[in-house]
Amino acid sequence: MSESLLETVGIYKSFVGVQALKNVSFSMQPGEIHCLAGENGSGKSTLIKVISGVYTPDAGHIEFQGKQYKKISPIDAINNGIQVIYQDFSVFPNLTVMENLAFNNELAEGRRLVNWKRMKSIAEEALSKINVSIDLDAYVGTLSVAEKQMIAISRALMQDARLIIMDEPTTALTKKEVTNLFEIITQLKAQGIATLFVSHKLNEVFEISERFTILRSGEVVASGATSDLDDRKFSFYMTGREFEKRNFKAENVSKNPIFRAEKAGLSNHFSDISFSLRQGEIIGITGLLDSGRTELALSMFGVRPIDKGTFFVDEKPVSIRSPRDAINYDIGYVPEDRLSEGLFLSQSIADNIVISKIDQLTKKAGVLDKEQRSKEVARWVENLAIATPDANNASQTLSGGNQQRIVLAKWLACNPRILVMNGPTVGVDIGSKHDIHGILHDLAKNGIGIIIFSDDLPEVIENCSRILVMKNGTIVTELSPENTDEKMILSYML
Amino acid sequence: MMTKDTIQPLQRFQHMYRNDRHLWRLVLMIVLWLLFMAITRFSKFYSMINFQTMAAQFPEFGIMSLGVMLCMITGGIDLSVVGTANLTSILMGFLLLRLTDAAGGLPAFAIPLVFLLAILIGGSLGLFNGLLVSKFHIPPILATMGSGELFTGICLAMTNGNAVSKFSRTYAKTINNRLFDLIPVQLIIFIVMAALIWFLISKTVFGTKIYMLGTNENVAKFSGLNIDSLYLKTYMLSGICAALGGMIMLANYNSARADYGTVYTLQCVLIVVLGGVNPSGGRGRISGVVLAIILLRLLETGLNRFPRISSYYISLIWGGVLILVMVMNYFTEHKKVVFQEPTHPTLQKETTE
Repeated sequence: MSESLLETVGIYKSFVGVQALKNVSFSMQPGEIHCLAGENGSGKSTLIKVISGVYTPDAGHIEFQGKQYKKISPIDAINNGIQVIYQDFSVFPNLTVMENLAFNNELAEGRRLVNWKRMKSIAEEALSKINVSIDLDAYVGTLSVAEKQMIAISRALMQDARLIIMDEPTTALTKKEVTNLFEIITQLKAQGIATLFVSHKLNEVFEISERFTILRSGEVVASGATSDLDDRKFSFYMTGREFEKRNFKAENVSKNPIFRAEKAGLSNHFSDISFSLRQGEIIGITGLLDSGRTELALSMFGVRPIDKGTFFVDEKPVSIRSPRDAINYDIGYVPEDRLSEGLFLSQSIADNIVISKIDQLTKKAGVLDKEQRSKEVARWVENLAIATPDANNASQTLSGGNQQRIVLAKWLACNPRILVMNGPTVGVDIGSKHDIHGILHDLAKNGIGIIIFSDDLPEVIENCSRILVMKNGTIVTELSPENTDEKMILSYML
Repeated sequence: MMTKDTIQPLQRFQHMYRNDRHLWRLVLMIVLWLLFMAITRFSKFYSMINFQTMAAQFPEFGIMSLGVMLCMITGGIDLSVVGTANLTSILMGFLLLRLTDAAGGLPAFAIPLVFLLAILIGGSLGLFNGLLVSKFHIPPILATMGSGELFTGICLAMTNGNAVSKFSRTYAKTINNRLFDLIPVQLIIFIVMAALIWFLISKTVFGTKIYMLGTNENVAKFSGLNIDSLYLKTYMLSGICAALGGMIMLANYNSARADYGTVYTLQCVLIVVLGGVNPSGGRGRISGVVLAIILLRLLETGLNRFPRISSYYISLIWGGVLILVMVMNYFTEHKKVVFQEPTHPTLQKETTE
């Protein structure tokens, strides 16, 4: 067996009272594509930081190509060819592509004067390594997430990387972009550059990696060749729980639609959209990132009002021009981006739950009724099993799954009849995801009409009674989940 | 029973301290300064008349600060408070001049009338700011800086830079009166406004909403809050506060001029930040702001008791206090981070090794 590129032996790391890593040993060969998986808080990030020299382990050591290190600094790691690409990519949005690419070199060589010609050639060379072309004079802030990622990767390659660590690289990418990224990773492999891929998405682990390591509560619970892994095992290793699949079946469906779209359109995004939603149904609308599905969701909630066609609520035409209008028609909306659209992170869990209903929690003249408010909060904390000792804590203290429950509680508190869920379980761990799906099934049974906008195909197949596929701004087909699989949906999406 | 009684207040105190470090630090600074004044200048500082003078002086910028605080809670700021105050006081000065009779007296309705009009004017000027911020999406710092200049410009155009005075002394006398010969009327106006705003932001739905708006405008939009109306109300309230501040200035100087109180713009912002309001919005309490107002007044008056210290040093000391408090805040915030996120112990270890 050839010498390992990287090996960690019996790493322990604890932070004030919390054992973040326990006896973690794992290794990587040159050119290997390895997936490091685990739920939030399982120690993935800590392990990456130990490998890249940000944290010093309490016990254990790290080997780079057989050379043993007790303690490494970030510079040691870089000198050994370790490059980390974090989720925010650490790029300068206010500089051009060229400047971003050439910046490290220029700094490292201690240059004080700018030579645009030289910078240009450095940047061109960097991009050519991964065969992508991006306008060198574009400001990075204006680029797409995928392009920013390409810049981060090519910048990493400029430093003679032998191992590139990518932290959740596919989170904000479209399917096509993910395919591109995987191609690049395969190219890198051909050049003998290894990739350590941090993810909690099952299909990615299967698609790209040769070997995997799964962490749970700071310990390695499973490690081996990806070919030995399946769906069930993966969920079990990740959570320590067994899940049964519960496919949603619509019951007590109302005769008349509660919501209907007729030839709805929004210029440049979607057109001629017609569908109907009945009480008790969960319908799924899926499509690529640029298919117009997000805009359609936003239109239903009045954030981007439609400019053609009509929406009907209870078969009466309605004009939904703002979220306030939508709320008046009993439409609730769980947004795609919890952090910038769903939650007041620094405010209390309680305030987040009641904010949309707050006008009803008053005595008179707008004076808040403390008792009613705390009853309402207690009710939702209990109903949705939000794990908190005190609802007055800031909502940012909770995990993604619990945060998503707060957003859900905010809307359920308003007694919606129509619930639009744009990515119901984005960034939520497997256990919570399962629980949230259960909650949705119950809501539908109680007569709420639910629309899930998602590109998480297993989620759509499992939880919807009908699936609409969008492509280039129109609905291309309607499928029934019973006789559909992911491949079939994908063939309509692409 | 005994032990329960003794332990509970202690715990409650600890809890209070932990939640309100900011407030306690301001209290501590006030106490220290009072002690210092007691040791060095007891007789000159600790007199009834001195405290009454202070209580009559701070309401003019104190009330303005309350308005700035509201705007800052929504994530904005109001830099037009002095312009609003002066425009209101000049207009009301003209009106009082008209109402003054030959004998130099005022009709009985004059004072209630000018206060009512002042509130209307302040409210409209604030509404103007609110429109700029909500409908035209101009960043509050620029919108209010512009409108502040505009209001001051109107003042200058109306008066050619001269003072509006010679109206009946009855107005100044009334406002400079003391209730029961003890409490200055200015202080009463301040207390009423402070109580009103305290009630608004801590007991009403409006209060919760502006904190949420200040935390994240986009989330507020997605939660169905009426953002435009919240901004309009907030800037109107700030305008009303500023106008009342102007009415107190009118009484304290017995005249109105376009350039009165120009230092107050910055002072109000400093007070609000010193009082613990987060300049990016969503956090802050009125108790902190009131303490900061009092601290500022005590410092300035105390320094005046040292004839050898020129009044030119006052901004130097005031700036020093502000920076000191912010640095202290940085360290407490930082300490919290050390407990939660364990990056620092390792860093420290590395540096000591």
